[in-house]
Amino acid sequence: MIGPTEIPLAAVCSECAKALSAVRELLAFATADTALAHQNVSRPASLTEAGVSLPAWDELSRILTFRGGMNTSTVIAGTSLLGLAAGVIGVFALLRKRSLVADALSHATLPGIVLAFLAAAALGFDGRSLPLLMSGAVVTGVLGVLCIQMLVRHTRLHEDAAIGIVLSVFFGAGVVLLSVVQTGTHGNAAGLNHFIYGQTAAMSRSDAVVMGGIGIAAIVTAFVMLKEITLVCFNDDFARVAGWPVTAIDLVIMALVVLVTASGLQAVGLLLVVAMLIIPPVSARFWTDRVRLLVVLSGVFGALGGYLGSVVSASLPRQPAGAVIVLTSGVLFVLSMAFAPKRGVLATGLKRFRLRVRIAGDHLLETAFEHARDHGDTVAVPADVLRRLARRRGWPRYVLPMLVSLLRRRGLIARRGPTGFLLSPEGKAAGARVSRNHLLWAQYLVSHADIAPSHVDWSVDQVEHVLTPGLVEGLERSLRDRGVAVPPRTEGAG
Amino acid sequence: MDQWWPVFVRVDLVPLSAGVLAAMTCALLGNFLVLRRQSLMGDAISHSVLPGLVIAFLVAGSRNPGAMFLGAATAGIATAVLVELVRTLGRVEPGAAMGVVFSVLFALGVLLIQQAAAENVDLDAGCVLYGQLEMLFWEPPAGAAVFSPEALATIPRQLWTLCGVFVLTVLFNGVFYKEMRVVCFDPAYATSQGIGAGLMHHALMVLVAAATVASFEAVGSILVIAMLICPPAAARLLTDRYWVQIAVSAVLAAASGVLGYWGATGLPGLFGHAGVNAAGGIAVASGVLLTAAVFAAPRHGLLPRLLRRRRLGRDVVIEDLVASLYRLGERGVRSIPRDRLPRALGRGEWDSASALAGKRGLIVSDGRTIRLSPAGQAFGRDLVRRHRLWESFLVSEAGLAVDHVHETAEHLEHLPIEPDRGPDIDPHGRVIPGQETE
Repeated sequence: MIGPTEIPLAAVCSECAKALSAVRELLAFATADTALAHQNVSRPASLTEAGVSLPAWDELSRILTFRGGMNTSTVIAGTSLLGLAAGVIGVFALLRKRSLVADALSHATLPGIVLAFLAAAALGFDGRSLPLLMSGAVVTGVLGVLCIQMLVRHTRLHEDAAIGIVLSVFFGAGVVLLSVVQTGTHGNAAGLNHFIYGQTAAMSRSDAVVMGGIGIAAIVTAFVMLKEITLVCFNDDFARVAGWPVTAIDLVIMALVVLVTASGLQAVGLLLVVAMLIIPPVSARFWTDRVRLLVVLSGVFGALGGYLGSVVSASLPRQPAGAVIVLTSGVLFVLSMAFAPKRGVLATGLKRFRLRVRIAGDHLLETAFEHARDHGDTVAVPADVLRRLARRRGWPRYVLPMLVSLLRRRGLIARRGPTGFLLSPEGKAAGARVSRNHLLWAQYLVSHADIAPSHVDWSVDQVEHVLTPGLVEGLERSLRDRGVAVPPRTEGAG
Repeated sequence: MDQWWPVFVRVDLVPLSAGVLAAMTCALLGNFLVLRRQSLMGDAISHSVLPGLVIAFLVAGSRNPGAMFLGAATAGIATAVLVELVRTLGRVEPGAAMGVVFSVLFALGVLLIQQAAAENVDLDAGCVLYGQLEMLFWEPPAGAAVFSPEALATIPRQLWTLCGVFVLTVLFNGVFYKEMRVVCFDPAYATSQGIGAGLMHHALMVLVAAATVASFEAVGSILVIAMLICPPAAARLLTDRYWVQIAVSAVLAAASGVLGYWGATGLPGLFGHAGVNAAGGIAVASGVLLTAAVFAAPRHGLLPRLLRRRRLGRDVVIEDLVASLYRLGERGVRSIPRDRLPRALGRGEWDSASALAGKRGLIVSDGRTIRLSPAGQAFGRDLVRRHRLWESFLVSEAGLAVDHVHETAEHLEHLPIEPDRGPDIDPHGRVIPGQETE
């Protein structure tokens, strides 16, 4: 930020001087704001000193258990409730694929906040009462959403462009209005800035009550209408056919999103409030496929993010609560994405890896079995047969030794001689089963799906590993019914 | 000598050209985002360059343009890659994936900037959002000529950065003109032709990040989104041609830059107010231009479309009236009282239709009754011929039942095409009138 003194003072003519002084005035306001934002922060002398100094444990535990003073406790309770509400409502925005509409909505609240302030100031009220500013935010937020719908429905622009347009133009209008307020004589307007980045510390008891009330109302509405909202989220066509007022239910969802956004403005700011609506549901989605559980989990994640975030922000100096809350939720998201047992990246990756190992092992056993069948049981499978297999499958170098030792440990490979190895009886049975499945499926494709024999091999390779015993029996039956020769069962196969 | 420099040059020229350059740079890149339905990638990147910038700033210790650019480009690529990772690995819906990534990165940026602000006041969360266009003064040394090196050296660095990115963007548009066209309209074909759609995507993301970081000091990061999306979206409504789209978006961007800057700094002055935020003004101006395009674009605008539809509806009603009168004439009824029109023809806006048809010389009226003029007679004959030709075509060629063809023929008769001359009698047994003979 350039300080006002750095503005050159060369007054070349009166006009120029006027322009310069206007700018200087603006700058003075801007710096005053910045100073206000940091007023309760002691500025350290260097970056090293600015580094995070951890609070003592007893202080942290006091804050954690709502004993950190009235103000801090209010803030923590308020943001936790807000997180809970945002998490619950965000689920519906996510399921309805409206996550980014919520983003546009939150940006579109800025002009409403400033206009409400201006209107109140013009009528002689205190322009900084929270309910008043929030209702202004709701009005322009809803207007923004309507604009998006208008653009999508009546022009050739797509939703992404419509969201971007509304978000940026409304926010631009808000910035213009904000600068009007700041250069004008509208009393103390500095507080309006805090709606952009949020200023949790400024939250009063009554603000927290308003926020909490809205949050609870939103949650109650969501649970009362859970069935209807779920129906619309998952199959709106069916809901319409079944006679549900889909548009009205959609409106309720949107209204809930608007309410939560408006109540989150003060705590986390309009730039980041959307994160509270998006991140907890997406995190919870990794853990479950059931809506009820999803709603509960998402609420818990949201509340946890709000709670931990505001605790951290209260116990460390200079940590803006909004950003900390979002980052806490972000950590929960990363943990969920990595470690969730069902859809987490590690779990699915492990599952996929196991499958690949099994398939590679199947191929190896199949090759070994077929070699033994053609050359006699007692002949060891030479290494270059396997090397050829590895080349054909495109395995990297390390795969073959790894597979051999794995299969050996499982007792499928009996002995590793100087010229190759021999299959154990179990290994032979497994190889026979794969080989036979291959033949069965190939015959099925040729006889039932009319695929040329020269074309079946590739797709058979994919399927032969996943045929269950029941499926194999079905295949045998259907082939026999058609009078196609079924490959004989080898001993031990089945 | 100092006196000789007009105020405009000193105070307004640099911010104005910075605004225009930023707007044009963003618009030239935004075309691809809008056409590829990735507008929100611009949104995401302009939010998430923030941590990249702050980290670059903290590492380099100053506003070194090279470091800032590197930080922003890294953040841009990281955003694109992370969104892709969350989307594919986590199987998250694209919009939500974007929302998660950019809001977390933005929060990180806000946190870092608060840390940095304590140590160094040169970086401020507010200016990241609004920009500080009005503060780009040009303060040349006393007595320097306009284009002398000393004077040019005092032009704010931001303008040069913007110039550089603008040139880069124009080059990108020029060099990859054909490739980007294919990538925009048919990515699968582009890939099959060996144009790496993924590579182009990442190049675009780097450029968007560069444009964001170059513009952010001037117009602020949120308003970059307006510049990225509004002019291209407006151009999208004004044209269906690719190169016109690019040209129009650049012109609209420049226009919103000029209009917005003037509207924010000059216009309030006329009413005795202090100027307002110019970056916001430019965003609003681009929104105003877009709104104008939404309503008034000749082909895709709402008002022209409404007018066209109303004109078509009116023409159809008039044609229905004339055709009906012709059919009555076939049965020997030459004129009909005005007030009996609804009973004879069914409900409809016959009053206005007959008034308009009279104005076009298709019917003549003697106050109470109306009948076809000779021109109307010929017009009605054409319509009825077309109707009956279509009916016989639909029966003989399309195999429709005789009692099902009237509705379709009723639509088709209004189009200026007709089937080849068919039989003389239509499926309902009526004579199909000839082209010339009475």
